[in-house]
Amino acid sequence: MQMINWYKFAAPSAFYPLAGRMIPWFWCLAALFGSAGLWLGLVIAPIDFQQGEGYRIIFVHVGASWMAMFIYLVMAFWAAIGLAFNTRLSGMMTRALAPTGACFAFLSLWTGAFWGKPMWGAWWVWDARLTSTLILFFLYIAFIALSNAIDDARRADKAGAVLVLASVVNIPIIYFSVNWWNSLHQGASVSLTKSSSMATIMLWGMLLCALAMWMYSIAIALIRVRGIILERERNAEWVRALLAKETSVKEDNAPC
Amino acid sequence: MFSFTARIIARDLSLALRRPADLAAPLCFFLIVASLFAFGVGPEPELLRRLAPGILWVGALLSTLLSLPRMFADDFADGTLEQIALAPYPLGLAALGKAISHWLISGLPLALLSPVLALQFDLPPDALVILFFSILIGTPALSGIGSIGAGLTLGLRGAAVLISLVVLPLYIPALILGAGAVDAVVHGMSPRPHLFLLAAFSTGSIVFTPWAAAAALKISLE
Repeated sequence: MQMINWYKFAAPSAFYPLAGRMIPWFWCLAALFGSAGLWLGLVIAPIDFQQGEGYRIIFVHVGASWMAMFIYLVMAFWAAIGLAFNTRLSGMMTRALAPTGACFAFLSLWTGAFWGKPMWGAWWVWDARLTSTLILFFLYIAFIALSNAIDDARRADKAGAVLVLASVVNIPIIYFSVNWWNSLHQGASVSLTKSSSMATIMLWGMLLCALAMWMYSIAIALIRVRGIILERERNAEWVRALLAKETSVKEDNAPC
Repeated sequence: MFSFTARIIARDLSLALRRPADLAAPLCFFLIVASLFAFGVGPEPELLRRLAPGILWVGALLSTLLSLPRMFADDFADGTLEQIALAPYPLGLAALGKAISHWLISGLPLALLSPVLALQFDLPPDALVILFFSILIGTPALSGIGSIGAGLTLGLRGAAVLISLVVLPLYIPALILGAGAVDAVVHGMSPRPHLFLLAAFSTGSIVFTPWAAAAALKISLE
């Protein structure tokens, strides 16, 4: 039995109000997970016996790195859907996600540098994982530059989609880089198959922070996609009706 | 099917040979860039020998980049590209032909020129041979990946800068492996692992990139 008609929400006009309704929920979840994760990470979790207080950067760093990689995968997913089914919304989602992904990639590199200075004694080393994350950041910039350089929105979406799909091979390289090369960056601390090499309380703090970033990314991407929808569909009937309604509500509320 | 590809290669080559100045420009650029580094870091042979693999490879990347915007632009401007797209053959085969002819025009001369430049940097003879082979093996990947960038930015303003933004991050594996192979020889190790990986990277690029470039061209031609 088909409960939800997915095709209905592929239309920007149907997705716009749905996104509007979802955004507050994701903000709430982000705040909830974020405060719980930071409380666990900064207050409850004990000091690491090797790294001291400095290790607490991982509560931001790990989540940011995961999101930087994950958002690129999600962009590739939307890019593939957009090219295969020629849906307009997919391209808008890809573009809405890119700035958030770029920010997370930058945050990951930046917090990594802050962590690296006291632990390794260097802000930056030319190590496989650091370098491939830097390439990921360049790829985000390339995508944003390319899709902003093309005036025709549909062509921009499709060109961006081809670029994302061609360059998504970098993600597994980053993810497995610590296993493939002898790296200064530590190996994965978290694994699905074997028990984690971290203390449980730190692990939970880290996971909650990563979840918070995930929810934040969804919320911010939805806000951005609503902006893109309004911009592109500004001549559509439903946007005009919406704007007329909004302005009339504002006029009603205005003090006389 | 492949006669179609061969036709495109033959046509591009004859067009390129009628304009020898355009052929020589990227090579002169390669020459100048490599010399600039020597001017910049000073004439100490030990330092230059250490830097040579990276400098020559970066120079080769930049020279390749220089000739990329022209890959489809002329055919796009005079409508030939649309006729090629209308031909009853997959557009990927045309893109493959374009990448191969680009390699013959830019990658092969760069590989031939590189040992001469490496002499300036005082590289040992066995490193010269490996430098030649690493650029020979690596440049097909550069042409293939470049064809995607050239297709995506076709007819855009500021296409040349955009191509470098799109393509350079994807060139990094070839740069690491190619310069690594030469570096390994200089340090008395075997260059084979680097060269094999580079060959794999090139082969994979030549197989997959024409189809991505064809998709990019279709978008640009719409």
